[in-house]
Amino acid sequence: MKKLLISLLFLGVITSVHAQSPDRSGPPALGQVKNLELPAPVRFTLSNGLKVVLMEKHNVPMVQVNLLIQTGNYDDPVGKEGLASFAMDALDEGAGSYTALQLADEIEFLGAQIGSGSRPFSSEVNCTAPVSRLQQALSLMSTIVLKPTFDAKEIERLKKLRLNGLLQSYDEPNAIAQRAFNQLMFTDASPYGRFANDRSIRSYAREDLMAFHKTHFISGNSTLVIAGDVTKQTIQPLLEKYFAAYPKGNAPAKNRPVPAQIKGRQIYIIDKPGAAQSVISIGRLGPARNDPAYYAVNVLNTILGGSFTSRLNSNLREQHGYAYGASSSFSFWNMPSPFVASSSVQTDVTGPALGEFFVEFNKIRQPIPADELTRGKNYNALGYARLFETNSDLAGTLSAQILFQLPDGYYNGYVGKVLAVTGDEVKAAANQFIVPDNLLVVIVGDRAKIEAGIRQLNLGTISLLSIEDVLGKKPVL
Amino acid sequence: MKQLITLSVFCLAVLSAGAQKIKVPYEQFTLPNGLNVILHQDKTIPRISVNVWYFVGSGNEKPGRTGFAHLFEHILFEGSKNVPEGKFDEWLEAAGANNNGSTTEDRTNYYEDLPSNALDLALFLESDRMGFLLASLTDSTVDGQRDVVKNERRQSYENRPYGKANLELPALLYPANHPYSWPVIGSMSDLTAASRQDVADFFTQYYTPGNASLCIAGDIDLAQARKAIEKWFSDVPAGKPVVPPSPVTAVLKEEKRVVMEDKVQLPRLQMIWLSPANFHPGSAEMDLLSSILGGGKNSRLYKRLVYDLQIAQNVSCFQNSSKFSGEFYIAVTARPGIGLSQLEKVVQEEIDRIKNENPSDRELTRVVNQSESRFLTQIERSGGFSGKANQLNEYFFYTGNPDYFNEDLQRFKSVDPADISAAARKYLRSDARIVMSIVPEGKKDLAATKN
Repeated sequence: MKKLLISLLFLGVITSVHAQSPDRSGPPALGQVKNLELPAPVRFTLSNGLKVVLMEKHNVPMVQVNLLIQTGNYDDPVGKEGLASFAMDALDEGAGSYTALQLADEIEFLGAQIGSGSRPFSSEVNCTAPVSRLQQALSLMSTIVLKPTFDAKEIERLKKLRLNGLLQSYDEPNAIAQRAFNQLMFTDASPYGRFANDRSIRSYAREDLMAFHKTHFISGNSTLVIAGDVTKQTIQPLLEKYFAAYPKGNAPAKNRPVPAQIKGRQIYIIDKPGAAQSVISIGRLGPARNDPAYYAVNVLNTILGGSFTSRLNSNLREQHGYAYGASSSFSFWNMPSPFVASSSVQTDVTGPALGEFFVEFNKIRQPIPADELTRGKNYNALGYARLFETNSDLAGTLSAQILFQLPDGYYNGYVGKVLAVTGDEVKAAANQFIVPDNLLVVIVGDRAKIEAGIRQLNLGTISLLSIEDVLGKKPVL
Repeated sequence: MKQLITLSVFCLAVLSAGAQKIKVPYEQFTLPNGLNVILHQDKTIPRISVNVWYFVGSGNEKPGRTGFAHLFEHILFEGSKNVPEGKFDEWLEAAGANNNGSTTEDRTNYYEDLPSNALDLALFLESDRMGFLLASLTDSTVDGQRDVVKNERRQSYENRPYGKANLELPALLYPANHPYSWPVIGSMSDLTAASRQDVADFFTQYYTPGNASLCIAGDIDLAQARKAIEKWFSDVPAGKPVVPPSPVTAVLKEEKRVVMEDKVQLPRLQMIWLSPANFHPGSAEMDLLSSILGGGKNSRLYKRLVYDLQIAQNVSCFQNSSKFSGEFYIAVTARPGIGLSQLEKVVQEEIDRIKNENPSDRELTRVVNQSESRFLTQIERSGGFSGKANQLNEYFFYTGNPDYFNEDLQRFKSVDPADISAAARKYLRSDARIVMSIVPEGKKDLAATKN
């Protein structure tokens, strides 16, 4: 309070300091960068073997408790695509003695949020709560985690929501492009090329959800990830109380085959008549997360399409005005995983815009000018601290550490490793991972207006698809 | 760290007593050229956020130049007298910074989130474009950003399901002379018409230190930051005072029914009312009412339409309030085969119910407690569009008090159930609203018709 009262004295006071005139002849010299030094997370194990990792942060009286489960979308059984996502969604539709509506009411009444969902290789139950109501929030979270009802009526209701959501995706050019890209990259012979569809959604039954829960909610497959205004001393007894019944056991076996690289250059146009823009996605398999080139690839991507001044954005947006923006990213799974460059471009310049992607793919394989290399490294390294600001940020980085098996201290070493990347390493990474003759190209747009312009580029064989070729026959509801 | 630990202990102490107070301590001063400055220290991570608000938005645009304030926002990244084109972003990224800007009806904001050693760089760039933008401006700069903004319009509205309807809404809600009667993004023809001279005029008139506020939040030394600000902004010339718009409060006098076709699978009903301006009496009630109607599984509209009857796919309900007016939205997407008249009938039943019968204490407490947690989550972050630096500027602009966090929260906590029903009666009138049906092409028969 003292600080505030003093500060109020400044209100409305006009300063009479005669400051020196600034030197505007160039950007000012910057002082020494202060690196963020994260403390080691606190680790302990509950009596049933459930691992806990905790990062304390005491500036706001809130806490984030996430149950991380190392099973995700790509672990779904054949024919049950979308099951992990669906089961995680259904978790809070009734649990213990609570109905779905009672649970939602209790959680909201606490000012807490408990959500659940899945990602490619993991799932999470997330709880955000004021520390003053943490105990009640953990009690509800553990009920959801340990005793989901999976009531048949709620499952039927959720299935209809999913089917209608699938129907709505026929309107979404970005969703169509993303799904087409993955299906064509991996094919339906691979778990990474299969997605929830009309048939799989209709097949979900209570037994599927029970089996998912029983198989994957196992101590050896799970970790409680906590960040916020608590200490080990305050939270450990609560976790013992509410999660002691979490089933003990080893993680189930998972089928995660290493995917095959795309063959040659393949171009697909997916017709969306009347579209004001064309959504372009171009890519191929890039490196795994544990590839030694990881740091060089991060710098490479920053320069190619991972920042505002990146080459793709500068070209398509600033230089040509074809698009609001253009970008690229590497997915970094624990195995070779997609690199994708993308943009929504104005329909009448789709051909030229696509051509500019290839101009940049060819150019990035040449030596990078020194100032651009420095900028790419600095943007990546010096901006790193922003990933550690909030409880949710911290929990996310702790989860990534688990999923990618990164050692403690890893994050503190990241900045130095990126700053040590050389131009030769970036060039080598570009030549290894950005291969213009070996790319999958997906364009969702108004075929009648864009096909000729794309053909003029002579990129290779063009295949024409409909939206139903990608998403399947429209669900009849 | 000292200051923050003090803050958290303070919060904890009163939290347990059930009467939470949120304080974001700040220093404030005004430079001789009129620039308002707000400083807030938070050493959680070694970064700072430099946030500038200019008190000009699409509401200040002149006829035939809709979308100009936003186009101008884009031009502000294209260089100034001592910053060659392209260098604004290059220099920031080379320092490890992120930056962005946004435009609303009332204001335009800009931020740089950067490592704490790079404060001078952000201040150099912000002061150079505040003081000396026009020296480097060319026709090609304007042309380039005009194309980018047109593609932003395509991406955000034209190529997005249901997006085009939002472009029509302002003219339906407000009389032609009202500053909110056209969309912030503007029309394609007005964007085409914007000239270099328009940019120069707009800059001279509105981008003056006296019409702006600079807030820095994060890992700063307060005295050093103040000195640096005095240094970089001292030669920015003061401009002429800006006369803010002073529109007559907009009133809808009728129900307008509009049917639009779009490339969508499922029809959507949108009902929109005018509501109080932000931070004005009744505004908190309407925010809470939007949560009672549409926030979460137990909310009135979600529960009936999506959960129980299963005739809708989703429900969205929110209030968007600005300086001179607010807008209250209900949007419901139908399930296949369901006409929008059927949805409207249920929505109307629920509106009538909340008008006639106060919500329960628990229902209200639930949404107030959710709001309270959002305040706490928000103050975890300093930068970006929703962090503390931006919020301090926002509170300053709209209320005159940068640390309005606690007062803002108290607005919600002091509402009682009868206030909610009274606000619903006052604002959700059947004879003063827009009822918009967005239907799949060729399916006008699904539109909501007057019962």
